[in-house]
Amino acid sequence: MNMQQPNSGEDAAWRPRIVAFFCNWCTYTAADLAGVSRMKYAPNTRIVRVMCSGRIDPQFVLDAFRHGADGVLIGGCHPGDCHYSEGNYKALRRYHLLRRLLADMGVAEQRFRLEWISASEGDKVKSVIDQMVAQLQELGPLDLPGRRADWDAELGENGEDDLTAGIAAEAAEEVSHV
Amino acid sequence: MSEKPKIGMYWCASCGGCEESVVDLAEGILDVVAAVDIVFWPVAMDFKRADIEAMPDGSIAATFINGAVRTSEQLEMVRLLRQKSAAVIAYGSCAQMGGIPGLANQKDREDILRYVYEESPTVENAAQIRPQRTHGVNGATATLPSFHGNVRTLDQVIPVEYYLPGCPPTPRLLAAAVQALLEGALPAAGSVLAPDTALCEECPRRDSKPEELHIDQFHRPHAVHIDAERCLLAQGVVCMGPATRGGCEAVCVQGNMPCTGCFGPTSRVKDQGAKMLSSLAANSAGEEDAAITGVLESIPDPLGTLYRYGLPASMLHRSLSDTNRSKEQST
Repeated sequence: MNMQQPNSGEDAAWRPRIVAFFCNWCTYTAADLAGVSRMKYAPNTRIVRVMCSGRIDPQFVLDAFRHGADGVLIGGCHPGDCHYSEGNYKALRRYHLLRRLLADMGVAEQRFRLEWISASEGDKVKSVIDQMVAQLQELGPLDLPGRRADWDAELGENGEDDLTAGIAAEAAEEVSHV
Repeated sequence: MSEKPKIGMYWCASCGGCEESVVDLAEGILDVVAAVDIVFWPVAMDFKRADIEAMPDGSIAATFINGAVRTSEQLEMVRLLRQKSAAVIAYGSCAQMGGIPGLANQKDREDILRYVYEESPTVENAAQIRPQRTHGVNGATATLPSFHGNVRTLDQVIPVEYYLPGCPPTPRLLAAAVQALLEGALPAAGSVLAPDTALCEECPRRDSKPEELHIDQFHRPHAVHIDAERCLLAQGVVCMGPATRGGCEAVCVQGNMPCTGCFGPTSRVKDQGAKMLSSLAANSAGEEDAAITGVLESIPDPLGTLYRYGLPASMLHRSLSDTNRSKEQST
């Protein structure tokens, strides 16, 4: 998935990007309904269709963040409605534990959301996405690829270790103060 | 003498257990010493950095490096050893995945220094003195390595050919790796020198693992009487076996303690903690929010449990609450 941002650098041009994992039987169909009903909602979401919310491996969520997503949205069938009877319960339990983990990792809770949206709730797709986009807009970019580049600056440019040079410079400065 | 393959050994951010694990070879170490020429091993032998610098590039057959990388000195040394070695082997959990020192990636550099030098209950430092990178002494300047913002795995700073997993690697795996090295029988570069199957495959309690688990309460090992025969997960003890590579001969489980994940994931898993989270949550009980969180609350420290050895190697690498960059709210 290419998550390169064309307008990176300018905060004014930044728009939140959401990766949404929607189950085939309910929420994806609801998103389809929102489309055929010509509802207008924020265009910031890339929808990935999965057969069941129970198929969503927490690795998918972290991988989306790692590749530059600002938020991840999971959509599944309402409790009791799962096509595979209990996939959405597994999704809910994973969501609760992953939420705690993400909180420990310093990721704001608005960045990860789970919603039950049935096939007839096209309007809920719209309201959830609009609301999440507004919250992320407020929160600003997560920008993990950018952060990684910032973190790795301490390794020196072009793989060369400039730390020794840094120490030498500091040492020279220190000596001149003495 | 000079016909024998040259071997190096170095440590970075680690506890020293990996160095000791070499001695776990017992009398087998005599065969190793007879077959190779150890050219660098600071903990045991008196070779200097200058000795390594004087060697031709690639002239060390293999260097075993243990420990994570956190300081500029470690970075310099592993880059030098990389240049001089035909193969680099990340030895042990810290080199492979960041290990226990990698848990420091939960905190920012400044938080760590402030706590260690000012706030820790056992510290008396009214003047708030911190170590400086340079200090003038009698007209000369003494320097210290810099303390990086992140703990890194070895392969996040240099290319690595092989990984010997474990905290520490077992004598059997080490002996097998040395044997393969001497016979030129090492697998493709990038390989982990251990079986590519989950620990459950070789667990002596495997047959007692139920088809389906509905864990309604998790127990920490010290707080429960553990049945020595039954699957630990079936007893509500978090055992990392399903998300962890085997090859350790299930030593912890045989000692009636759960696997804590030191061998890292198999090749089919990208993020050990997330995979284990998936399994734990799917196998716990509860269908409504309150019931679910009630069960999962009995895992007091998900991050420290799921990423005990692998936070720097995880997909997120570290805590994202660094104050100088984002508006993330600390919860």
